[in-house]
Amino acid sequence: MKSSVITFPGSNCDRDMDVALKKFGFKNKMVWHADAELPKSDLVVLPGGFSYGDYLRCGSMASKSKIMQSVINFANSGGMVMGICNGFQILVETGLVPGVLLRNKYLEFICKNVFIKINDKNNKYFKNVNNEVLEFHIAHNEGNYFCTNDQLKEIEDNSQIAINYCDKNGNIEDQFNPNGSIKNIAGIFNKEKNVLGMMPHPERMIDTSLSGEDGSLFFKNLINNLK
Amino acid sequence: MKISVIITLKKDVLDPQGKVIHQTLEGMGFNDVNEVRQGKYFEIDTKETNNDKAKAKVEDMCKKLLANLVIENYKIIDSK
Repeated sequence: MKSSVITFPGSNCDRDMDVALKKFGFKNKMVWHADAELPKSDLVVLPGGFSYGDYLRCGSMASKSKIMQSVINFANSGGMVMGICNGFQILVETGLVPGVLLRNKYLEFICKNVFIKINDKNNKYFKNVNNEVLEFHIAHNEGNYFCTNDQLKEIEDNSQIAINYCDKNGNIEDQFNPNGSIKNIAGIFNKEKNVLGMMPHPERMIDTSLSGEDGSLFFKNLINNLK
Repeated sequence: MKISVIITLKKDVLDPQGKVIHQTLEGMGFNDVNEVRQGKYFEIDTKETNNDKAKAKVEDMCKKLLANLVIENYKIIDSK
């Protein structure tokens, strides 16, 4: 399985993602934002970080960079595109997934482990994951997912909510919402579910000596689903 | 020609920064403030000399980059 990780000026989780993808069997290539052509890929990842210093709105500049037209074409032709954290912010700015990511409700940069509940397994990202709840890491200042009421109705009707913040038993309640996002949304799909944007970082949970193993579950499952 | 743009948050979008600024103003003794909403201001110096054309281009910029229309409104101010 071939993957590509896009590096934007200010990306800082691109190498972690490269390590994670390779650890679980992907042949990964790093792709510079100013390139026009995407290498042949089964999965494209927009990594976390602070592309363009978060100027204007997080992800807004990166969403207009040269490589993104190829990424958008790839996604529109059914290609798997995953945006993590700043990558999620870039995805919403391209319009590939609906909504926006606002400043966290309490204006804090949040850096901690959280539990997320998988809301939908009818897709290549979470199909066959045995667990209902995973422990991932978040580190962001703008993760407060917001969309209009019409958009919310549409994403609920199409089961586009991928994951919600919850407690370790999977209870989705306000008190387990770290950033004020609507309905505790931590990640969403596009309508066809080939594009996933999520705030939590699975690539930070792939080594027992550093963290948990739930990211390993995610990546092992992902590569199997793509085969 | 210089064209100015003001970007504001739509009214039902939470503005935590505006809230904190409001609280701070109250703490400083400005007790008559109802609400504070924070926005953005841009000055765009364009080569275009026709006022209508310049405004049309800036409007396109607003839609494509300067504003996110899910949460923000834009207002183009006449050139000086």
